[in-house]
Amino acid sequence: MQWDIVIGLEIHVQLATQTKIFSGSSTAFGAEPNTQANAVDLAMPGTLPVPNEQAFRYAVMFGLATNAEIGRRSVFERKNYFYPDLPKGYQTTQLAQPIVGPGYVDIDLADGSTKRVRIHHAHLEEDAGKSLHEDYHGMSGIDLNRAGTPLIEVVTEPDMTNAEEAVAFAKKLHSIVTSLGICDGDMSQGSMRFDVNISLKPKGSDTLGTRTETKNLNSFRFMEQAIAHEVERQMDILEDGGSITQETRLYNGDRDESRSMRTKEEANDYRYFPCPDLLPVEIDDAFIEDARARLPELPDARKARFKEQYGLNDYDAGILSADAKLAAFFEETAEHGEDAKLAANWIQGEFSARLNAEEKSVAEAPITGAQLGAMVTRIADNTLSSAGAKKVFEALWTGENDDVDAIIEAKGLKQVSDTGALESMVDEVLAGMPDQVAQYQNEEDPKKRKKMLGGFMGPLMKASKGQGNPKLFNEILVRKLGG
Amino acid sequence: MSISREDIEKVAVLARIKVDGEQVSALEKDLGNILDLVDQLSAADTDSVEPMAHPLDAVQKLRPDVVTETNQREAFQAIAPATEDGLYLVPRVIE
Repeated sequence: MQWDIVIGLEIHVQLATQTKIFSGSSTAFGAEPNTQANAVDLAMPGTLPVPNEQAFRYAVMFGLATNAEIGRRSVFERKNYFYPDLPKGYQTTQLAQPIVGPGYVDIDLADGSTKRVRIHHAHLEEDAGKSLHEDYHGMSGIDLNRAGTPLIEVVTEPDMTNAEEAVAFAKKLHSIVTSLGICDGDMSQGSMRFDVNISLKPKGSDTLGTRTETKNLNSFRFMEQAIAHEVERQMDILEDGGSITQETRLYNGDRDESRSMRTKEEANDYRYFPCPDLLPVEIDDAFIEDARARLPELPDARKARFKEQYGLNDYDAGILSADAKLAAFFEETAEHGEDAKLAANWIQGEFSARLNAEEKSVAEAPITGAQLGAMVTRIADNTLSSAGAKKVFEALWTGENDDVDAIIEAKGLKQVSDTGALESMVDEVLAGMPDQVAQYQNEEDPKKRKKMLGGFMGPLMKASKGQGNPKLFNEILVRKLGG
Repeated sequence: MSISREDIEKVAVLARIKVDGEQVSALEKDLGNILDLVDQLSAADTDSVEPMAHPLDAVQKLRPDVVTETNQREAFQAIAPATEDGLYLVPRVIE
């Protein structure tokens, strides 16, 4: 049987405010446990919450960036449940009147098409603390530093039909919130967490199947794997004539396994009601216009500009514009380098590979865009060969030297581009390889000829101690061999 | 309006309140009376009334995003039943 897959996402985005959503406690990451958990965060009797204006500003900016209606009047509600990392016994959140109403995001797919994913709404709420289940004499440890950190929860319509679309949406959302500067986007620290709702229905059917929710996926790779895993699990059950239980599942990415966390029958009944401690929040035109004025260039606009300004193709422009920090690095490189396309290649190639290998973010890169740009300039003006450029990159990266020209000088990487000197090297090498020369001249297939040229390059580079300009060598060779 | 024993037992579980069989019978009666009182309110015509989120006709003041709290962990943990390594300790919870 053939199945349609229906996917909806819920995304928790931690807002990059200085303080919590309802108190003046710091939200700085990495503090000693409970040193940023104060009376309001601990739900001490007699305390009252006061909402953070910046959290509303960020939520409104998000709404404007996702083509959404802004909730002029939003109301906080209490979502009641007991868990030790939630001191009040309820989460303060929004339900019927959220700050951000219906909106949408367009995603680019691998086949070149664009798809619109609708956002049902996005609401403001507080994060919980953290439970540490290591053994403290048979007890659990609670760190409430995170309790009260502002979140927006973004809820999509079930508009995605496969893992590719879901991951493309997740990446786009990551790109939007980091470009806006409202979230640091650090998924390994839980700054963005994804819940995936999945159901299957017979191909073409209008009736939605029973869905499951897989919670707390904190990387794009795990998200993709978790979707593949859950689709296969549901398909197996349905094709064996079984039925899907509506439940919440946990996915273990390291083992590619999932297990049931709770089923609907035992699901919490949250008994929402409007929070009497908080008045409705009204957002006026001035607030919205102020937020609009703060909107930076968004990924779609940046991508279009990269194509226009730097002559990048769609693929390169898409990759380099998605992440605000990578985009800024590229622009700095392109500004200092002669050749934007070459700069794009180095950033997507050697630079990104090195960051991945060392698990570093763009901000942690040991080289600057200006340095990489200076190197690109030396490749463009033929001072450096690509092999030489790799050595320069290495020296910059390890901090051996921070000046491109000084490295070229110190390591003797300057290419010989004196055509007279190169020509005599070519003559000498060709004189020593008469058989290969004859073979080349007898070959009529231009593709094979091109390949055979490579056979002369090795000895030429050797003769020039690696310093001959390969491009010029190539030109001279073709001419001498009667190209 | 009446409330069933099952509802009372369910609400008790959700609220983490222990009630035994005898108490449930008493609660059935008491809560039923309260719900009857609330039912009288339902008789009022509210068609043209917007649902209210708060009894005060006022809107929420917002606070600038500035750190005003300092670390008072020692004071807070002095009254906690159990702490270690700066953590509050609670009976073990595993989902």
